[in-house]
Amino acid sequence: MASPELKHPLLSVQQLGRTAVQAVEECGYVAALLVESLYWVVFGSVRHQPVRLPSIFSQMMTIGIGAIPIVFVLSFAVGVMLAIQGIHTLRIFGAESQVVIGIALSVTREFGPLITGVLIAGRSGSALAAQIGTMQVSQEIDALRVMGINPVRYLVSPALLAMLIMVPTLTFFSDLAALFGGAVYSTVELGLGVEAYLQQTLDVLAADDIMQGLIKSVVFAGIIALVGVSNGFSVTGGAEGVGRATTRAVVLSISYIVLADMVFTYFLNR
Amino acid sequence: MASVLTSVDDPVMEVQDLVTHYGAVQILRGVNMTVSPGEIMAIMGRSGSGKSTLLSYLLGLHRPTSGCVRLLGLDIARASAAELHELRKNIGVAFQGGAMFSSMTVGENIRLPLREHTKLDEKTMQIMTRMKLELVNLGGFEHLMPSQLSGGMLKRAALARAIIMDPKLLFFDEPSAGLDPVVAAELDELILRLRDALQMTIVVVTHELSSACKIADRIMILEKGCVLMTGTVDEVRNSENERIQAMLHRRPGTKEIDPDDYLQRLTRD
Ligand SMILES: Nc1ncnc2c1ncn2[C@@H]1O[C@H](COP(=O)(O)OP(=O)(O)OP(=O)(O)O)[C@@H](O)[C@H]1O
Ligand SMILES: [Mg+2]
Repeated sequence: MASPELKHPLLSVQQLGRTAVQAVEECGYVAALLVESLYWVVFGSVRHQPVRLPSIFSQMMTIGIGAIPIVFVLSFAVGVMLAIQGIHTLRIFGAESQVVIGIALSVTREFGPLITGVLIAGRSGSALAAQIGTMQVSQEIDALRVMGINPVRYLVSPALLAMLIMVPTLTFFSDLAALFGGAVYSTVELGLGVEAYLQQTLDVLAADDIMQGLIKSVVFAGIIALVGVSNGFSVTGGAEGVGRATTRAVVLSISYIVLADMVFTYFLNR
Repeated sequence: MASVLTSVDDPVMEVQDLVTHYGAVQILRGVNMTVSPGEIMAIMGRSGSGKSTLLSYLLGLHRPTSGCVRLLGLDIARASAAELHELRKNIGVAFQGGAMFSSMTVGENIRLPLREHTKLDEKTMQIMTRMKLELVNLGGFEHLMPSQLSGGMLKRAALARAIIMDPKLLFFDEPSAGLDPVVAAELDELILRLRDALQMTIVVVTHELSSACKIADRIMILEKGCVLMTGTVDEVRNSENERIQAMLHRRPGTKEIDPDDYLQRLTRD
């Protein structure tokens, strides 16, 4: 046995190496999942193993429709918050009325997609990881495979598709709710007419701003679905394992969302 | 799919020199077995001997280190995805814990293979589901969720799902474990009936000796990942092998203790 002082740094280097290898492996796995689930969407019916519409719709219901109230409340609150902070900051320059522009741009380009992404990651990404993890533990995934039902086609493709449809939709809704929140506060605080506020918002917003938010939200949707599903499939060790995978899925997908947001914002504004 | 349609005498299942590992630990150490059409084969062995592991490799759920498994004439490690898909329509599996999908009712669970693999209309599928449910004495439980069934009922529901496509080959993990003797005996009867009425070939994993003797044509005994013996019920009964006799008469196993190994296990950190 080497002395503890010598053992320690070596061990941490080893650990670092292992973690790096694991990270690369996981990336490869997630990429393979993405390719396979898209393959089933496109070629499933040719191979007589289609991705079923009812499962897509039921996923869309749970991911999308159920999230509407909470998305509305949070987005509205963020809109109000932006208005408060914006007016406070702009008052220094005596330019409070410019707050409309600030809210319109920051909501559509940044806050709408981000809030929606984080919310859906916490709400549906975790549920996906828990559902698939539980199925893994109780041998339901094995049962699907031996029945000749591909788990990726049956479970992942519908979830991914539903995410890709519902997250941008919710993002658009979140944009509206946040703008509404900003409008309510600013019109009261600044004595602005609602119509004037609306007119200004429409004047300043270009289709490009909304598109930028929506493009990002599509990326977020992919991240949420794939991180949730891959963590679910990799569950080992019973109920405790399911819990761990669920937490990991949420933390990872929120982190990836924020990082991807930064990267995309950089490139989309070049 | 020529390879799936085997002639009458070809073995339904053939395993050659199957070696598998969990990580670095070797679990199966060269297992050989063949199962003929219409035969009921029981895989027996003490806890931890590798029965469930063997089953998962027979089902092609993992890739073995070496060796080959042929089901209905198809080498499952070399088969294409399309061939495997076709093969799996001809195989039924009832898992130990049932593995019923918890988000669907019992009826939907049993119907799922039909829904995915056939174009039957809803009414036909419903009738077929009910027929299988009647067969396993679960008539009327169609609309319950799996969580509302008892352990024995779950096992029977899983069996109903496994046979819904009338498979040529049926795997059944621990049919009688944890059931009361009457239900266990009923399941044994049912397995025999399935073979006789539907000409299924059945592979049963069990550690109930009485059940194995009642239903099996042949018994394979696993120990520590090796095949200790394969033979008819009588051959196994009359075997001279000490460990088999210990198992038959429920004598506690004479553990041979290697003092060096024992000391090492105690002091290892
Ligand atoms: N996921 C796993 N990872 C590592 N080792 C495993 C795993 N599953 C099983 N093993 C090991 O494989 C060996 C065989 O296990 P297996 O579950 O096949 O036994 P079994 O014969 O089915 O026992 P039982 O009758 O108790 O179900 C055991 O020594 C076990 O420790
Ligand atoms: Mg077992």
